[in-house]
Amino acid sequence: MPRPFTPKAITANALLEGDVIYLDHSGQWVRDLRQARAFTEAEVAEAALAEAAKDGMVVGAYLTDVKLGEHGPEPTHFREEFRRTGPSNYFHGKQESKEAEAHV
Amino acid sequence: MYKYNDFDEAFVRARVAQFSAQVARRIDGSLTEEEFRPLRLMNGLYLQLHAYMLRVAIPYGTLNSGQMDQLAHIAETYDRGYGHFTTRQNIQYNWPKLPDVPAILSDLADVEMHAIQTSGNTIRNVTADHFAGASADEVADPRPVAELVRQWSTDHPEFQFLPRKFKIAVSGAKADRAVIKAHDIGLYLREQDGEIGAQIIVGGGLGRTPMVGKVLKDFVSLADLLPYLEATVSVWNLLGRRDNKYKARIKITVHEHGIEDIRARVEARFTQVKPLFGGIDMAMLEEIKAAFAPPAFREAATEAYDRAYATDPVFRAWADTNLSAHKAPGYAIATVSIKTPGQTPGDASADQMRVLAQLARDYGHDELRISHEQNVILPHVHKSDLPAIHAALKEAGLAAANIGLVSDIIACPGMDYCALATARSIPVAQGIATRFDELKLEHEIGPLKIKISGCINACGHHHVGHIGILGLDRAGVENYQITLGGDGTEDMVIGERTGPGFAYDEIIPAIERILATYLELREAPEETFLMAYRRLGMAPFKDALYPPKEEKANAA
Ligand code: HEM
Ligand code: SF4
Repeated sequence: MPRPFTPKAITANALLEGDVIYLDHSGQWVRDLRQARAFTEAEVAEAALAEAAKDGMVVGAYLTDVKLGEHGPEPTHFREEFRRTGPSNYFHGKQESKEAEAHV
Repeated sequence: MYKYNDFDEAFVRARVAQFSAQVARRIDGSLTEEEFRPLRLMNGLYLQLHAYMLRVAIPYGTLNSGQMDQLAHIAETYDRGYGHFTTRQNIQYNWPKLPDVPAILSDLADVEMHAIQTSGNTIRNVTADHFAGASADEVADPRPVAELVRQWSTDHPEFQFLPRKFKIAVSGAKADRAVIKAHDIGLYLREQDGEIGAQIIVGGGLGRTPMVGKVLKDFVSLADLLPYLEATVSVWNLLGRRDNKYKARIKITVHEHGIEDIRARVEARFTQVKPLFGGIDMAMLEEIKAAFAPPAFREAATEAYDRAYATDPVFRAWADTNLSAHKAPGYAIATVSIKTPGQTPGDASADQMRVLAQLARDYGHDELRISHEQNVILPHVHKSDLPAIHAALKEAGLAAANIGLVSDIIACPGMDYCALATARSIPVAQGIATRFDELKLEHEIGPLKIKISGCINACGHHHVGHIGILGLDRAGVENYQITLGGDGTEDMVIGERTGPGFAYDEIIPAIERILATYLELREAPEETFLMAYRRLGMAPFKDALYPPKEEKANAA
């Protein structure tokens, strides 16, 4: 029996900076997972991925599991938690730009 | 040190120009990622979890001060102000941006450095004993041979599309400090009847199928060395399992065919290949050797050292752990720990790199080395200069007196950076180092090698750690397996698994239990952890790690 489809987001790395990015509802790439579109149907997700992967400015697009949180999609696996946050040994990567945003 | 000749210079510059054009074509859309990926990997550029990663070769771990300064400049200008020294004597930058990479490569070329063949299915950066040319137990300096191998293997037309990566290491000393037996080919330089040659070890490796290298030939004269290497790599190039990347390394080829069969094929191929070399390799070796002539060692009194050693306990502790015997009288080899407890193993800031460069200029005959244990070495320092060196290191936060001890841990980047990781390794290393620093047990425990990898690829050498830690993903949570009794020296042993793994918050207490058991059971402080493990076996450590169920219940 095929496993039931669980919600997914489309993620990749940006070509120029290598930074983690997500596809949002309008088909734009955003840097924050909470703004990503969560797909709940397999065919729609696959089709959107095939389209997104054609974008020359992104690398390695794939579907990743998400759960739906209060503020938008959240990771279900620790690898994706690191990808959306940054490394744990330095305050570098996304966590740092988030901090910067919070101070604007 | 080796200086680029016109050919080297032109080759590296041409490669920078090619790659710059390739980057431009990728950015303007003329190249797809599929087309670009192999090109960037040929130039050491990976895409990791959060960013690109550029891996720069430090051939046989040797650097001069100008090169170290340039590494600092790159860290500051294009990256986050630091670099990560790795077990393969490379430096990795974790945050370069694609459009900046051509400029980085050009800056590297300015100081005779590059990132060529630091990735991909080629012969990788040749590594060597980090005490090369300095250590008292040396038969021959491995660097001329390593440089010869580097020149031969760089852009070698037959070996650009090998079945898999290929790693060569060279040691010229009695003690193996270069993990020779964990390489595809390892060379032990030896003297026989007054002639220098190499014992050839083949088929070692770590990764998912760890294997101890085997002797392919006991002695090959230097005159036959390159043809012999060429014969060996070409035999594997034909036989290697291109159908399955997990079986493609030469260790599997040797395992599947048997060492006798491989030896016979290599010998047959050698007779074909040998005439093609015609002695040019030996002429080149002679030229290279001249570039590695020892520096003009100074004759001077060592009173300043003796005085500091007698009166300053902090200096004495550092001298006792971080110095090694030098071949020249009055000299020492100083290992600078890049493992200050709590810091990321192998990470040096741009400022620290500059301090190291300045020390090399002022006191170290302009030489620096990077060890596979992720430390930096001042290979030639006169003892009278050591108090001044130590003072400068203290100021730069580089004076940890922990070489060869619990907190001198090898750790790969793990899940904090690496796209292949199954768990983190850096915070585990930080946690262990910090914990034992707090307990003040480090010197009590004595010589110990802990090595941590964030997945089965074993970049952190966990199989050959006295205590090895392997981070895995068990049903979506980090889980750490422990191996004991590994040894990366000339008597290489693959560590044995203790049993089920430990969760992230259990792994440091588990290491503590192992070491408490050792302290309790050792016969004398002279019996190191490894010796005690060999005497006692796994049982007492297993008991400490996995107490019977009733005890657990009682404790709860
Ligand atoms: C972060 C990017 C890295 C990637 C993608 C990577 C990838 C790999 C892979 C796939 C293997 C297994 C090869 C095999 O079994 O055939 C391996 C082995 C190894 N890597 Fe890495 N690695 C990375 C970083 C490092 C670092 C930072 C070091 C040094 C600290 C390193 C040193 C080694 C060593 C020593 C081995 C084991 C020896 C061998 O069998 O080749 N790697 N690496
Ligand atoms: S051992 Fe695994 S996690 Fe660590 S650097 Fe190598 S590939 Fe990455």
